[in-house]
Amino acid sequence: MKRQLCIAALVVAAACAPSKGPQGGANSRLADAREAAQRTFVEPGKLDEFYLFYSGGHSGQVYVAGVPSMRHIATIPVFAPYPATGYGFDTESKAMLGGYTWGDVHHPALSKTKGDYDGRWLFVNDNANNRVARIDLRDFKTHQILGPIANSSGNHGSAFVTENTEYALVASRFSIPIPRGTYAPTSKYATDYKGVLSGIKVDSATGEMSVAWQIMTPPFDWDLASTGKEVSRDWVVWSSYNSERAIGRLEVTAAQRDRDYITFVNWRMAAAAAAQGKGKIIAGVRVLNPKEVPGMMFLVPLAKSPHGADFSPDGRYVVGGGKLAPYVTVYDFQKFLAAAESNDTIGNEDGIPVLRYESIRVAEVPVGLGPLHTQFDDQGYAYTSLFVESAIAKWKLGPFDGHDSALVVAKIPVNFSVGHLVTAHGDARHPVGRYLISMNKLSKGRHLNVGPSQPESSQLIDITGDGMSMLYEAYTEPEPHFAQLVRADLLHPIEVYPKAENKNPNAIWAASDAKITRRPGIVEVKIYSIRSYFAPNEIEVQQGDSVILHVTNAEQERDMLHGFGLAAYNINVVMDPGETKTIAFRATKPGVYPFYCTNFCSAMHQEMQGYFLVKPRAGTTVAAGAEGGN
Amino acid sequence: MTLAAWLSQVLSSRARFAVLGAGALLLLIPLFPLWQITMFANQFPEGLRLSIYAHQLVGGNGGNDLQGINILNHYIGMREIQAADFVEMKFIPFVLGIFILLGLRTAVFARVGNVVDMLVLFCYFALFSLGTFAYRMYSYGHQLSPDAPIKVPGFTPPVFGHQRIANFDVYSYPGFGSLLLGLFVLGLAAVLFFEVRRFRRQAAA
Repeated sequence: MKRQLCIAALVVAAACAPSKGPQGGANSRLADAREAAQRTFVEPGKLDEFYLFYSGGHSGQVYVAGVPSMRHIATIPVFAPYPATGYGFDTESKAMLGGYTWGDVHHPALSKTKGDYDGRWLFVNDNANNRVARIDLRDFKTHQILGPIANSSGNHGSAFVTENTEYALVASRFSIPIPRGTYAPTSKYATDYKGVLSGIKVDSATGEMSVAWQIMTPPFDWDLASTGKEVSRDWVVWSSYNSERAIGRLEVTAAQRDRDYITFVNWRMAAAAAAQGKGKIIAGVRVLNPKEVPGMMFLVPLAKSPHGADFSPDGRYVVGGGKLAPYVTVYDFQKFLAAAESNDTIGNEDGIPVLRYESIRVAEVPVGLGPLHTQFDDQGYAYTSLFVESAIAKWKLGPFDGHDSALVVAKIPVNFSVGHLVTAHGDARHPVGRYLISMNKLSKGRHLNVGPSQPESSQLIDITGDGMSMLYEAYTEPEPHFAQLVRADLLHPIEVYPKAENKNPNAIWAASDAKITRRPGIVEVKIYSIRSYFAPNEIEVQQGDSVILHVTNAEQERDMLHGFGLAAYNINVVMDPGETKTIAFRATKPGVYPFYCTNFCSAMHQEMQGYFLVKPRAGTTVAAGAEGGN
Repeated sequence: MTLAAWLSQVLSSRARFAVLGAGALLLLIPLFPLWQITMFANQFPEGLRLSIYAHQLVGGNGGNDLQGINILNHYIGMREIQAADFVEMKFIPFVLGIFILLGLRTAVFARVGNVVDMLVLFCYFALFSLGTFAYRMYSYGHQLSPDAPIKVPGFTPPVFGHQRIANFDVYSYPGFGSLLLGLFVLGLAAVLFFEVRRFRRQAAA
């Protein structure tokens, strides 16, 4: 084996362009540049093989790119307004945003059936305001934002879905006294502050989410989750840090113990306990106390300040990465079950049994410094991102016979300081392999200089065969955390909203149906838009009127979008073909204000405009600075 | 006297079935387009399609192409293409019914003269319909609104074949329905051909 590797390494080295820098094995260099270019070049007009859905971090959005080209294709606005698609301006999306103007998306999760991606929905978390959103992959739009979820604070360990998308799971990163709004001094952190794990029920037909139950935990900072498969299908694991229950400067205070915890939670048992009425209602949610539901929750020590906790594709192993340790720990799920059954504990935390590490761990694989997150391929390899070492390790998932260091087969340096990584279907029952994307936290001037706010880089790595080779580098919108890489043929989005499906009572399909309805103090308008005009193109109201505009794009042709921008009133919506959007506002400013189509549609797009006329209320004098904003 | 004798000759039973069969073809006409117009442009590589049936106009892409074509046409001031404009769509189904009835009549009375009547009337009907279709194309292309955003000289969209109109390549060809109409004509002509042969053979005997 070793000899073969050496030979492979020599062959690769021979084919390589001269490389700089001392680090990295021969099989981790840049692939031959021409070959790499061919592998990633997707001809104009041709399609990529994979969709990459990557989280946009504190931009609050989700981005869609094609792989292997790494081309950015679309932005899906989720937690922040996005004028480009009119998101956050119409009444529906405005209501979904609930007044928030940002979110922090970390972990997108594709819906699954039997543990594999089914191409229906994408769930994403908001680490900032404890929300979970559902994007429907039929139209690539956000259809629901659930939250802020009661009691939970800092929804980081989310959204991860169970084997058949029964639940999307949520965990608090910041412990607080619950319910939210309760006061307790931080001196009572260890006892009065609580972590909360939540089960979000997902309706199997509509995808509609609702908070089903919660589990109250000690005030650990819950970090990343992974859901079980096959043998472990009823279980979810979360890593945690700050098992010290420390406050203050956590980088020191929460890094004192050699081991923190990974928790194993039986979500099916939690659901059953909640159904039986166990626990108590806090802020309208049934909250379980693990002490009262024996067998539901266990803690297992995991090396210092962990991040990733990842089930292997067959559900047999869990790989835990301790950020401050030079190895990943591999746990055997069967051994976990045996230890849980035989009560093989070394103590407890607020009544939650802590199982014996040595009884469950089957390997400590020395992958390198700062292991964060692990993904898998279809060839029996695992890939772990190494933040501190700024590299990715490729290692064999077994046999775990004590020769742990022999499991590591390759390492590739990345530029720089990788956080999450993603492989094709890398967290599903059947990974696809082939590509890995390293989502790096730092790019440190590898790009054209754009000033001090430097972009994040993502690097495409070929993982076929025994080694890894660098193919491409792109500057992904800030800030990618986790992503999902899914075969393009699994998704079948629509291209227009079929007219027959538009059930909006205010939709109109002919210019002759355009209508201005006036009630005392209210003006409601059904607006028709098509290439290249609005009907009506003049809307007159009285100052102070409530104005409700329903704008229908009557097109049924793909890519014929129309926008409705009423600049003076800070409004811009975009209607896709066959879509009706509603805008509601008060006509506070008298005067004449143009509106126009903001989304380029046709040769006469520029002419697609009209006037919104606001007659001053009797006795109102028009101030010279009427245009001076709201 | 020979022509009159031939015209009153009783059809062979095979010929009667052939006339019935030809009539039956007409029953299928509503299922297939009589004419098809397809337009391609750089940004319409998949094409915009319009199918003209005996009784309806159907746009491609689930019906949406009709609206698409009309939206494009409105820029040059062409009036909206709609089924209501096509008087043919009212009389063609009615006339087809008449020919089916004539076919039944011919099968019963079974005189060669009946077949000749059918063929002559049908050829007239077909040419008349084609003529009105051509005139409709001419009207759409010439009765352009004077306040159109884009002013173009009057033109006739192709009735048969290819034509370049602005950035579009327009193709206009008969559809499968027209092929059935042709088969109907050929069927009747074949009946007459065989009836002439039979008449000559009998005269010789």
